[in-house]
Amino acid sequence: MGVAAIKEYEFQSADRLENFHGNQLLYIGWDQHLMFCAPFCLPLPPNMRFGDIIEKVLPGVFGYHPDFAKIDWSKVEWLKSSQPWQVDFNKTLAELGLKHKDVLRFRTPGLTGIKGSAS
Amino acid sequence: MDMKVSKKKLGLKEKYQHMTRGLGWETTYQSMDDVFPMVKYEGIKIHDWDKWEDPFRLTMDAYWKYQAEKERKLYAIIDAYAQNNGHLSVTDARYINAVKLFLNGISPLEYMAHRGFAMTGRQFPGVGPRVACLMQSLDEIRHAQTQIHSISNYNKYYNGFHEYRHMLERVWYLSVPRSFFDDAVTAGPFEFMVAIGFSFEYVLTNLLFVPFVSGAAYNGDMGTMTFGFSAQSDEARHMTLGLEVIKFILEQDPDNLPIVQQWIDKWTWRGYRVLTLVGMMMDYMLPKRIMSWKEAWEVYFEENGGALFKDLARYGIRPPKWLDQIEQDKDHISHQAWATFYNYAAACNFHTWIPTDDEMDWLSQKYPNSFDKYYRPRLEHWREEAKKGNRFYNKTLPMLCQTCQIPMIFTEPGDPTQICYREVDYKDNKYHFCSDGCKEIFENEPEKYIQAWLPVHQIYQGNCFNEGVDPTAEGFDPLAAVLDYYHLNFGRDNLDFEGSEDQKNFDEWRGMATKNV
Repeated sequence: MGVAAIKEYEFQSADRLENFHGNQLLYIGWDQHLMFCAPFCLPLPPNMRFGDIIEKVLPGVFGYHPDFAKIDWSKVEWLKSSQPWQVDFNKTLAELGLKHKDVLRFRTPGLTGIKGSAS
Repeated sequence: MDMKVSKKKLGLKEKYQHMTRGLGWETTYQSMDDVFPMVKYEGIKIHDWDKWEDPFRLTMDAYWKYQAEKERKLYAIIDAYAQNNGHLSVTDARYINAVKLFLNGISPLEYMAHRGFAMTGRQFPGVGPRVACLMQSLDEIRHAQTQIHSISNYNKYYNGFHEYRHMLERVWYLSVPRSFFDDAVTAGPFEFMVAIGFSFEYVLTNLLFVPFVSGAAYNGDMGTMTFGFSAQSDEARHMTLGLEVIKFILEQDPDNLPIVQQWIDKWTWRGYRVLTLVGMMMDYMLPKRIMSWKEAWEVYFEENGGALFKDLARYGIRPPKWLDQIEQDKDHISHQAWATFYNYAAACNFHTWIPTDDEMDWLSQKYPNSFDKYYRPRLEHWREEAKKGNRFYNKTLPMLCQTCQIPMIFTEPGDPTQICYREVDYKDNKYHFCSDGCKEIFENEPEKYIQAWLPVHQIYQGNCFNEGVDPTAEGFDPLAAVLDYYHLNFGRDNLDFEGSEDQKNFDEWRGMATKNV
């Protein structure tokens, strides 16, 4: 596999970790809330406490949605690469094993978007 | 004395022979492989270039004559349009945003097509396809120039047209059409021909041109309609070339079939993803609608394309992959795309808006399975919030697909409530995709796509600020810095149509043109 090419064809990833000035990328999507048209991409330091993302970052990201204020974070279900995932708010991204460009989804049971439309 | 009187004039066929085939020769000072270094590495085997049939038998002198005539007609109409303030006769000023989308997103592709066909023509040892590529290359630069000329009329009056060239390489959504064509021109000559000559020009072109040109006609835009028709008149030749290429390659060697099939799968999917922009334009941006995206897909792809692939079955070609997903997506992608531009209207060089009640009813009628259930509640909620002065502007950057570079807005086939996530681990890095199609295209050529210039990641790497800007300075505003880098004027080029300078000016000018105030 690779590319059909007239000479050697090998490159480094344009988005490798060291290009992000000490941050790593974390993608976060809120299932059934497609008013936010796509999951988000966030550059975060690996030593950031996960709870700080919930408390300090996500309100600015998802706060526009009327369901956001109703979220009971103790009941939220998390998925990493679409597989069930256990979170600990007091651990850092690194301690939780989150790597550069990992993708998380969260589900908020009972909250189904604008008029139940998954918006 | 018996002297043979030669015929005074060559017949068309003989003349064509001399003017094309007669100009090619086998090189001896340099090997043919050195002169044509790109023609073998893709694995396509050609045994006899003379088997190439030219459907048009056009020589350069005839070509110049036809094209010059078209240009004279075109510029006469464009001049008249400009002198009569034709821009004030369009349905309403929202329409002009469809023209912005075309100039910024599509016209630069015409120029890239010009470059692509010039390079491809250079690489083919066969004279027939070389001449055909040369003419198409000239057609494409003509299209690029006429479009820029036609649309420059709009630049005198409306915002967002001023720097399409600069923006093409920077603005987030323009990386979608740009990377599509960059992918094609960095392929080999045969792949380029299958990608652009066949998949784009033959299979998908009607879905690009008909909506924009008919859209212009329906909305009173004589200028855009005229360049559209002028370009369309070359399309018959391009389409014939695209089809001839496929048949020629497949007839030359049975080993070519699997390579060509993989290209058709790839490029139909890549082209289809770019056409999301057209779908959105048809369903949301034309004040006077022509037909829905779904209807256009059914007529121009399912019916016409279906007949084409039936015809190609005798060569062993099957219809492109992932058509079952496209079939399910046609109820959704235009709504998902418009919602995306509504989200990111602050970072965009055209305006968005909430459709009127009448327009929403039209969408319900055209999309009975999806609009009321999934999309109307979202739009109505946004409208309510905007009335309260709380118009939604999404300020966090989205996750993008590594292949098509569109934000990950598309839903799972069969579940419009769930975003479709796909990922691949390749050499210690993770890559994400919007669909099985984009994932498989990556897996076939990972080294190509890991180089992708994804706008979101580039912003986070600090590569999208003007020189001298310090992102660590106190009070640094990243959005403002990125818009500066885009050369996008905040409050003029971006944000909602409601309250925009375009809206205000159009109303005022039209008032002056139709009333005695």
